Amino acid sequence: MLHDFLPNILSGMVITLSVGIASLLMALLLGLAGAAAKLSKSRWLVGIATLYTTVIRGVPDLVLMLLIFYGGQTLLNDLAPRLGFADAININPFVAGVMTIGFIFGAYLTETFRGAIMAIPAGQREAGIAYGMSTVQVFARITLPQLVRFALPGFQNNWLVLVKSTALVSVIGLDDMMFRAGLAAGATREPFIFYTAAAILYLAITTVSILLLQMVGKRYSIGVKAAQL
Amino acid sequence: MNFEAINESLPLYFSGTLTTLKLLVVSLVGGLAVALPLGVMRASPKAWLSRPVWGFTYVIRGTPMLVQLFLIYYGLAQFEWMRESIFWLWFKSAWFCAMLAFAVNTCAYTTEIIAGAIKATHAGELEAARSMGMSRRTVLWRILLPSALRRALPAYSNEAIMMLHGTSLASVVTLVDLTGAAREMNSRFYLPFEAFVTAGVFYLALTFILVGAFRAAENRWLIHLKPRQ
Repeated sequence: MLHDFLPNILSGMVITLSVGIASLLMALLLGLAGAAAKLSKSRWLVGIATLYTTVIRGVPDLVLMLLIFYGGQTLLNDLAPRLGFADAININPFVAGVMTIGFIFGAYLTETFRGAIMAIPAGQREAGIAYGMSTVQVFARITLPQLVRFALPGFQNNWLVLVKSTALVSVIGLDDMMFRAGLAAGATREPFIFYTAAAILYLAITTVSILLLQMVGKRYSIGVKAAQL
Repeated sequence: MNFEAINESLPLYFSGTLTTLKLLVVSLVGGLAVALPLGVMRASPKAWLSRPVWGFTYVIRGTPMLVQLFLIYYGLAQFEWMRESIFWLWFKSAWFCAMLAFAVNTCAYTTEIIAGAIKATHAGELEAARSMGMSRRTVLWRILLPSALRRALPAYSNEAIMMLHGTSLASVVTLVDLTGAAREMNSRFYLPFEAFVTAGVFYLALTFILVGAFRAAENRWLIHLKPRQ
């Protein structure tokens, strides 16, 4: 029974991973922008970024996802005729999922990046500027490499939670791994087997992620002495 | 914004809030009660005690809570012996399955939090207690746990908030919690914006209350670790 549906579920895993990676890219951009805004001198930027991280982290993913999927759809239905589209535009669950998850984890990554940037002594940036580097050069040569090092543990956490939240897009109808496991469960009346299969595949994704990020962590902490008691 | 419809649905939201809180309290209390002994085992230097607990937390923390919920609610129904056993009275109810899934999930995370706090205990604290002539059991109850559980508070407050948001999954298995109330309002009036924004405001309020409660708890029990002014 299982091997009839396994290829189907495995191709659902590709969708799960695509949603995860696409939303991660969006979250990375939002996170960097959010951290820059929170650390900026403009009171407006700090206020907006604080509002963003507080509201997003205070509301469940599922509610935000339903809001963007159903609410965004009615908004588009209202807007489409005014913008001159004859037909209604339909939000596709993939786009809604990526937008929601990217938006949510942008808020979490904002905090991760903010902490990492604050962990870099200000003197290093000042020294870079004193050597005549531009702010872009200071960011690329001094801040970014260390940012990666300091942000990795938090980033690993954020990514693992993100992958697991992609399971929620099955609720709004995206045919990811979870959705296909559900279909197979319904067709065969063997839900235990198929949800267990899904669980094992999620566990595989998290395990591989942890191993890969450990390698990245080693690469980026070259030259740092580990503290030992 | 259609405030009339929101106003009309408020009773639905209040009963949903009650459901959400019930789910939250039962799963947090149940999860914490089991996590205490598991956390102590996980922090033990004996591999036969700590490894099995690690396996449990690794699997639970590596898979989405939605999968765990579906495994319990839909998965177990696959088995004939399950449907004929006396446990079926419980397992056929969405209430019980949701509470069990949430409790098991939070138990795994809480176990790691408690184990981390125990491992971070200063060795001198325990040596001093032993040299005062306390037995291992007394040290555990009088020194180790009071000290470690306090230091676990900040991490545990995060977990409690994650759980508050996690309970929104209950709406997927037919329970009418806050998210379920929003979905019901949406299907009644077809006003997704109003429905989900209202739920979001409710969740935000609950989150702030939880954060405030934990801050008060930290001021009560963790005051000795506050930075001095």
